Amino acid sequence: MEVPILKQGLYLIASIQSALTDADLSALREALIERVGKYRARGVIVDVTALDVMDSFAVRTLRDIAHMARLRGAETVIVGIQPEVAFAMVQLGLTLKGVSTALDLEEGLAYLDRQGQERLERVRGRVTRG
Amino acid sequence: MAEELLVPITSDVDVVSARQKGRELAAEAGFSSGDQTVIAAAISEIARNILMYAKRGEIALRTVMNGDLDGVIIVARDQGPGIPDVARALQDGYSTSGGLGLGLPGARRLMDDFDVVSIPGKGTTVTMKKWRRRHA
Repeated sequence: MEVPILKQGLYLIASIQSALTDADLSALREALIERVGKYRARGVIVDVTALDVMDSFAVRTLRDIAHMARLRGAETVIVGIQPEVAFAMVQLGLTLKGVSTALDLEEGLAYLDRQGQERLERVRGRVTRG
Repeated sequence: MAEELLVPITSDVDVVSARQKGRELAAEAGFSSGDQTVIAAAISEIARNILMYAKRGEIALRTVMNGDLDGVIIVARDQGPGIPDVARALQDGYSTSGGLGLGLPGARRLMDDFDVVSIPGKGTTVTMKKWRRRHA
C-alpha cells in the first residue's frame, strides 16, 4: 500500500493511512528522500496517526528517513504517535533519538516553521556581522 | 476455549496479518487497547524474526483461561537454523542480522511469560503469554 506524499510549500507531508509492511516502509523512505531533492523541500512530516503498532523495523525506518533527509537539507518531524503505541515502543526499548516529534500535524508544521525561521535568523546574523 | 488460529509466515505481508489477528484475539479476550498494542508489537517482532532467520514458519494464536486469569498464548515456530546461544539472543542489542537486536528481548519485555526453545539445525519455538485478571 503506497503512502501518499503531499507537497505543501517547502514541506512534504507523508500521511500513512493504514498498516504498512516492511516493503511499504522501505518504499516510503526511498520516495521521500527522492522527493526532498525533486521539490527542494526544507521539511518532511511523517504522520503516523493511523499506525496502530510501531515495531523495531518501523522505528528504524523512520529514524533512517529523518537522518537521510537531514543529509539532504530537510528537517523531519514524526507526528501522531498514539499513546498506546508510545507505551509499547518504550517497553520494546525503541527510541527515536535524534528525531523530532510533535503531537499532531498542526504542531509539526509549527515546529518546521520555527526551524525555518531560526535558520533564516542565523543566516541574517552572519550577513550583518560579516 | 477458542480454537487455535494459525498464521503462516512467509512474507512481510504475513507479519502485518499476524499482528492484526493477535490484536483481534486480544480484544476478544478482553485486553485493553494498550495491551492489544503491546501484544501486536510483540507478535510483529517474533514474526519478523521468523522471516529474517528462518525465511518461513508459523504463528499459532489462542486464548486461554487459568483460574481467574484470561490470557493469550502465542507460539511462533520455524524449522530454521535455530539459535546457537539463546541466552545471548535474549540480551539487548545482540543481533546477527544487522537489526537493532531488540526483537527477542523486546518481545520478552512486552509479555508476561516468554520461553524460547531452539535446536541448532532444527528450528526455534517461541512461546509467549499475556495475562489479565478477569473481572467478576
